[in-house]
Amino acid sequence: MGKTISEKIIGNKAEANVEASEIVEAKVDYVMVNDVTGLPAFEQFEKFPKGTKPLKEKIVLIPDHYIPNKDIASAEQAKKMREFAKKYEIKNYYEVGRGGVCHQLMIEKGFVAPGRLIVGADSHTCSYGALGAFSTGIGSTEAAAVMAIGKLWLKVPESIKITINGKLDKYVYGKDIILQVIGDIGVEGALYQAMEYYGNTIENLTLSDRISISNMAIEAGGKAGIIPPDDKVFEYLSDRVIGNYNPVYADKDAYYIDELEYDAEDIPPLVAKPFLPSNTAPASEVDVKIDQAYLGSCTNGRIEDLRIAADILKGRKINSEVRMLVVPASKEVFNQALQEGLIDIFEKADCFVCGPTCGACLGGYMGILADGEKCVATTNRNFIGRMGHKNSEVYLANPAVVAASALEGRIVDPKEVL
Amino acid sequence: MKEIIEGRVIKFGDNVDTDQIIPAEFLTTGDPKELAKNAFIKVRPEFHDIVQEGDVIVAGRNFGCGSSREHAPRALMGAGISCVVAKSFARIFFRNSINLGLTLIECDVDANEGDELLIDLKGGTIKSRRTEEVFEFKPLPPFLLKIVEKGGLIEYVKEVLNEKNSHNAR
Ligand code: SF4
Repeated sequence: MGKTISEKIIGNKAEANVEASEIVEAKVDYVMVNDVTGLPAFEQFEKFPKGTKPLKEKIVLIPDHYIPNKDIASAEQAKKMREFAKKYEIKNYYEVGRGGVCHQLMIEKGFVAPGRLIVGADSHTCSYGALGAFSTGIGSTEAAAVMAIGKLWLKVPESIKITINGKLDKYVYGKDIILQVIGDIGVEGALYQAMEYYGNTIENLTLSDRISISNMAIEAGGKAGIIPPDDKVFEYLSDRVIGNYNPVYADKDAYYIDELEYDAEDIPPLVAKPFLPSNTAPASEVDVKIDQAYLGSCTNGRIEDLRIAADILKGRKINSEVRMLVVPASKEVFNQALQEGLIDIFEKADCFVCGPTCGACLGGYMGILADGEKCVATTNRNFIGRMGHKNSEVYLANPAVVAASALEGRIVDPKEVL
Repeated sequence: MKEIIEGRVIKFGDNVDTDQIIPAEFLTTGDPKELAKNAFIKVRPEFHDIVQEGDVIVAGRNFGCGSSREHAPRALMGAGISCVVAKSFARIFFRNSINLGLTLIECDVDANEGDELLIDLKGGTIKSRRTEEVFEFKPLPPFLLKIVEKGGLIEYVKEVLNEKNSHNAR
């Protein structure tokens, strides 16, 4: 029996011939923690015998959730990370003004590469599957263990094969593909499992769109969302990857627990309505008045996303009753947007643009919703109270839907208004 | 960890989530004994009074679903629960339990509240003293057993580190 990408990567890292459902101990290439999950991991780490040194080359520390600090508690938390980095001379630490949203940074800074096994104390660590890595979210105690010994036990997941062929319509992106899949299989549809993506639609997608797809694997309960790496990935990595890497592909006769097929033509711009990412409907049918529009996050805060929105907003002003927040996912994205004149377009359209942070995506700060307010967002979760008050609502969509909706003051399919 | 567990059954159904095990308002401490005082406080307020050291929880599918809080297995351990036997476990609860040193067994066992069970962890059998029936389960793989035996991932890692140190010293 052939093997899936997950079986092969975990097998390589466990130095064993492994199959789905087996539990093995595997070598980890990198372990990432953010400002929220970092602190408990540091506390656990200090329980190890005196003199224990963390494997500093493998550790990446990224403050992003409450950065810049929103209050004293978050400032203390961030300070602990800074101190941990200093104490153990961990150079992969990204201070305010140098970094951005953790998953975007992990990819940009070359930690992620095909065939690697990466864990992170944040559930959207699954994003790196877009580059052909096996990556998944873990707890803080486990992160501490990996920091000390560089290994972690994992259950090898079964895999679902998802194939998409055909040409996507205008204003339809990777975000819509993953919303379609989650809408079909539900929020537990891929529990314990990895998703593997194939087909010419996926091959033609930008890397950015692929990251949106892998990012939201967790919203279907998935452990990973993996796309076989190709030239787009190799080119992207050529001037940024740290060290060498070996791409891994599935065998022709790999066993999949389930196989799904889609025609790209059948997928419209979609919106996930409150309060589950699986509660999807075509954007054209949602027609809800909005108070806020949010462009950003690890799902859709890249330069490609900003370009899509800027293209729609250029020379226009957003609806007078809407405020729109634009949050580039990293310093690099911000700079690129500045150079391309996108920031200027957003400013002139009356958007509020700020530096990279998770901020409002998790209802942290910088854009919290009041009682009854509605927000259309390029983020990944629309649970009750996710961006603020328990009676506020979040509608998940792609960057074009968010920009067009900001112009109209209600959720629309961009095609209706452009 | 003992190889044989003898314990009295406390029975639960399907989808016992971490909010039921320990509600969010009690997460201000990580101390197992303190957490145990409020274990199942909303769904089974008498739990704290009836639970005895060594008791075994027997539950249905998807035990431990919901948030990723490590406090849930801690609360059970603080209450003296020796192991949880369920038809299936939610992924992160499973990881957190093993990493904190709580024994979990995936098995569909026919048991009533108060039954006495005899569990052979390495042999992979559960015997009901009441019915004499024996249920089989797949024991945890060797190194997960080792983690639980050591008392959790932190203790396991300590040992790995010590081995490395003594090796280097030689
Ligand atoms: S951008 Fe949002 S989803 Fe992504 S890591 Fe930050 S809080 Fe989590």
